[in-house]
Formats: sequence, structure tokens, C-alpha cells
Amino acid sequence: MGTGLNIVVCIKQVPETTEVEFDEATGRLKREGVAAVINPFDEFAIEAGLRLKEKYGGVVRALSMGPPMAEQALRDAIAMGADEGWLATDRVFGGADTWATSLTLALCVEKMGPFDIVICGLKTTDGDTGQTGPEMAEHLGVPHVCYVNEIGEVKEGKVRLRRNLDDGVETLEAPLPLIITVSKDINQPRLATLRGRLAAKKAEIKKMTNQELGKDPKELGLEGSFTRVVKIFTPPPPVGGEVIEGNPDELAEAIFQRLREEKVI
Amino acid sequence: MSEKAPVIVKDSCTGCGSCVPACPFGAITIEAGRAVIGDACRVCSACADACPSGAIKIVKAEVSDLSSWRGVLVFAEQHGSIIHPVAYELLGKGRELADRLSEPLYAVILGKDVKPKAQELVARGADRVYVYDDPSLESFRDDPYTDVLAGACREKRPSIFLIGATSIGRSLGPRVAARLKTGLTADCTGLDIDPETKLLRQTRPAYGGNIMATIITPNSRPQMATVRYKVMNEAKPEPGRKGEIVEKPVNRKAITDRISIVNFEPAKDQVSITDADIVVSGGKGLGEAKGFELIRGLAGVLGGAVGASRPTVDEGWIEYRHQVGLSGRTVRPKLYIACGISGSVQHQAGMRTSDIIIAINKDKEAPICRISSLAAVGDLYEVVPRLIEKIKEHKSRD
Repeated sequence: MGTGLNIVVCIKQVPETTEVEFDEATGRLKREGVAAVINPFDEFAIEAGLRLKEKYGGVVRALSMGPPMAEQALRDAIAMGADEGWLATDRVFGGADTWATSLTLALCVEKMGPFDIVICGLKTTDGDTGQTGPEMAEHLGVPHVCYVNEIGEVKEGKVRLRRNLDDGVETLEAPLPLIITVSKDINQPRLATLRGRLAAKKAEIKKMTNQELGKDPKELGLEGSFTRVVKIFTPPPPVGGEVIEGNPDELAEAIFQRLREEKVI
Repeated sequence: MSEKAPVIVKDSCTGCGSCVPACPFGAITIEAGRAVIGDACRVCSACADACPSGAIKIVKAEVSDLSSWRGVLVFAEQHGSIIHPVAYELLGKGRELADRLSEPLYAVILGKDVKPKAQELVARGADRVYVYDDPSLESFRDDPYTDVLAGACREKRPSIFLIGATSIGRSLGPRVAARLKTGLTADCTGLDIDPETKLLRQTRPAYGGNIMATIITPNSRPQMATVRYKVMNEAKPEPGRKGEIVEKPVNRKAITDRISIVNFEPAKDQVSITDADIVVSGGKGLGEAKGFELIRGLAGVLGGAVGASRPTVDEGWIEYRHQVGLSGRTVRPKLYIACGISGSVQHQAGMRTSDIIIAINKDKEAPICRISSLAAVGDLYEVVPRLIEKIKEHKSRD
């Protein structure tokens, strides 16, 4: 790895809070006045990319797809230490599901030049799917590993990875290039430095429209999406039971009696 | 939008604005006396329904050859030849969907020496089980599993393909869907069939469980979904139930396998919170990491597992695998005891289907009290030790 690693980190700009307000009468999401930030899960991906670069040299490119305002998320990534910011922005990319999003991002990655590793966050806080990373891997024809919580040695075109599965911890050896999604326990993302912020302010964000990607617009964005959202609603209100007050003894006794009634004890 | 836009505003638009509040995605604005559909549009057709002058037209792609895709296919995840219980939940829901469509229910199982397991899938409702039994499929790897499952779908053409939203399923599902060029809905908590269109309606939480979305896959097949574990009802076994078991050859040469497993360390505690009948969880109200000693004490006398809310995991008081909620595990025990947990929407998403919920919380206004069968308003440090004593005393009398 004489020339270091070509690292791409995929990030998304999301609303700062998931406590989205929702008008039951009109069925409309209220988005006005909600600040936009880097998806918190993606900060772990940026940090993982920066640490790889610190160890092996190379370049960290942050990539995002979104409206022009998503530029800010890329500047924030540069403020943390990313070398470049790339924004895929075009009206034909809009309204994409995970298939169309992953296809667009994969085309961008190809346009950006050779890569060794693409790092994604586990999922986003708005869509909550975690599908974009593995779907990108399929589009790019490279392997992928999800839930990585430790990146080991990169040697002779291979990388050691550890990940948490439901029933244990797995250590894998994967060839480069590949895509990984990282979990929240992989690292502690650094804060932007003052110098980083200044660099971010001046940085040129490279824009990519479909002109550059050259894809039939029918295959992208809403039109290229296979899924359709037909309804959104707030979850049904919870049904409660009995609320009891009293001294600790009475409370413990009431719980104890309930456990007996329910034949737990 | 371009003229290829899936939603067209005709010249008869009066700019009345009826469509603006009707749009769930806030995608419509009125510009120069005419509705303009923005990028946030998801072609849900709510605007067309709301338009009093019929000026909004939804242009849907032609549906082609979809009728040749029939049947509901379920992926039976297994570890060391033991079928993951999520597969039985998928069979339970799959049977219901298949019956509604008057189509068959299939299961597919991959692994080494898994053939003897196929009958169990038949007993739980599968009409036919496809078995890919080969040493090369012994442990899960995305590459070979994707090759085999995508191949199976192309050959068998199921209209619906369900995968458990386990760590394996969430990695494998997107890979298979992308290979098949079809839609995939993540982490569904509700599935049913639209009576008119016969399409699979896939309901899932988004925005941390603050909203629910219903999603369809109208023009590609199979309609794929990963399904949250511990939400659907398990299919009960019916001994002696008849079904077809089809052994499929595995062509190792045609299978890619780029990633190798170097080592696997099984998780230390054997009682996982998802499988436990009783879960005792601690939250921010514990105040400190040591508070989990008390939680372990109560779980211990009840023979249950220890759960935790996200803030306690974020604080480092307890490991992630104890986390209950949207970003942790979903549990559905017979009894869930929440100690010092306020019960955010995210937490509720992971436990609200428990049979009995008991909360111990200082704040009677806490959301957890509204969903509990019994909510005791008090200090957990005073109530829980007394409760442990009572249970111990009771046990010693038996």
C-alpha cells in the first residue's frame, strides 16, 4: 500500500430530531424549522475512514446524495478531517428508495475513481433501513460486511474485520475493494477542530448531476424506485392498565400479588 | 420535474391548493396559480384524490408479466442446523398471506446437514421446502447465500419473499433484492394483502418509531421484506402435516465466496433477551452502572434475563446486547418489568407486545405507565429490594 488507501465514506443529511411532528388531519410531516445534521451513525463511518488514513495514508472522500443544502453535511465531514466532499444532487435523484439511492451512489463511486474501501454507517435515523450499503456492494460487484466494530490490519490487498452478530462475535478476512457498514461501538467520533472548520469553509464541494453519471433518468430517483410509500401514520396510542401509588411496601406487595395472579411465581 | 414525471399536473389546475395539505410528504407548492410537484413526491396519489377538478394525474408504469410470480417464500435461517425461531414466525404470517392469495407457501433452507430439518418447516405450514444442503453453505456468508437465494427466486418465481430481520437477514436481504432488481422493505412489523390489488402491504416504523409507513412494491417481483423478530405470531407445529421436500443441487463452481470466516466466538450468556420468558430491564432511573446489580437480582429470582434502555447502554453501564428498543432488540416475553425506564417511543417499539408489562417509576406521567398492565409509582431502590425479599420468602415456603 505504498500510495495509501482510497477511502470513500457515504453520509446522509437527516433531520436533527426523529421527534417529527405530524398532522393527523392532513397526514403531513411538519419539517419546517427542524435543523439538518449528519446522520449520527455516519459519524462513526467518517471516524473509521480517518483512522484508516492515519494508519495507512491515502485519501478520505465523503460522498452524499441529497438536495443542494446537503452540502453542509459534507463540509461538516471535512471539518472532522475528510479530504474531499462530493455531492450527488439532481432533481432526477429525488424521491429514491434504497435501490435507487444505492444505484446512484454506486455510480458516483465509480465516477470518483478507484477505491479500496467504502464505509457506511449502520443505518440512518430517518429511514432506519440499513440497506443502502449492502445494495451498493451489489451494484459495484464487490463484497460487503455489515456491523463492523473493529477494522484490523490491511495487508496484501486484504483486511481483517470483526463484527457482532446476534449470537456471537465473528472475525473475517475480506479482499479489497469492499464495502463495510460500521456499528456504533467501533470508535468514538472526533469533534471538528477549528482548523478543520476553516478548511471546510473554504473547501470546494464537487457536485455530480446525472449529466456526469449519464444514466437513464427512469432508472433513478422516484421513477427508478421499486417501492412506493402509500400511507404514513402515527403508531396507535398505547393501552394502559392500573397505576398504583403508595409506600414501598404496598407497591412491592401489589407487584408480588400480580406476579402470583399471573402464575409467574 | 421532467415530462417523465410520474405525477402530472394538467392545465385544468385552478391553483386552489386542496392538494397542498393532502400531500403527506409536503411535496406540493402553488406557484403562479398552479400546483407544482416537488422532489419529495412519493407518488402516493393522495393529491389526485384530493383534487376537486381532477387535474392531477398519476402515471404508473405498465405492469408486465407479474402474474407468473406465485407463492410466498420464506427464508428459514439456521445456525448449526437449529432453525432460528423467526422462521416459524415468518411461516405463521406467510401461511396467512398465502391463504389470502390462494397461493402456496414455500420455505427455503440452506446449510450443512439441514435436510432432516425440512419436515419441521412442513409441520409449521410450508407446502414445499427447498433444501440446499452442502458443506459449502455450513456457516452464513453473504456471497454464497445470495447466489443460492437469488437463483432460487429466479427459478421458483415467488410473488413474495420474506426474510427475518436478524443480523444475517438485514445483511443478506438487501444483497438478494439488489441482485433480483426488486424492492425491499426493511424491518416490517405489519404485513397484509391489499384486497383489491393483491399487493403486499408492508408496514414499518421510521423516524425512530415516531411514524409508521405502509409500503408496496407494485412493479417488480418478488415483493421482498425483512420482518422484525418477535412481532409476528409463530406457526404452531402440526405433527404429521404433509408437504413436499425438494432437494436442490448446489453448484459450487457457480458460487462466489470472497470473504472467509477466521474465527467465531459465541456470545457468553446463553439466555438471550429475545428468547427469555421474563425480562427485567433497567433505565436511566438507576442513576449509575451499579444499579444493574439490583436488576440482576430481580431477574435472578424470577429466572429472567436482563434488559436495558438505550441511555444506559450509551452511558456504558451495560453492554449493547442487553438493549431493548428500536435500535436494540425487540422482546416479547410473557413478563416485562421496566425499572426506572420512562418508555420513549423507541423503547416501546422493542417491548410493547409483551404479554404483561409492569413498570416501577417515580414519575406517574412517564409514558411507560400508560402502556403498563401495572405501574407502581415509587422509588425503584425502595420497591425492588422489598419485591426480591417477598419472592425469595415465597420460594422458601414452597
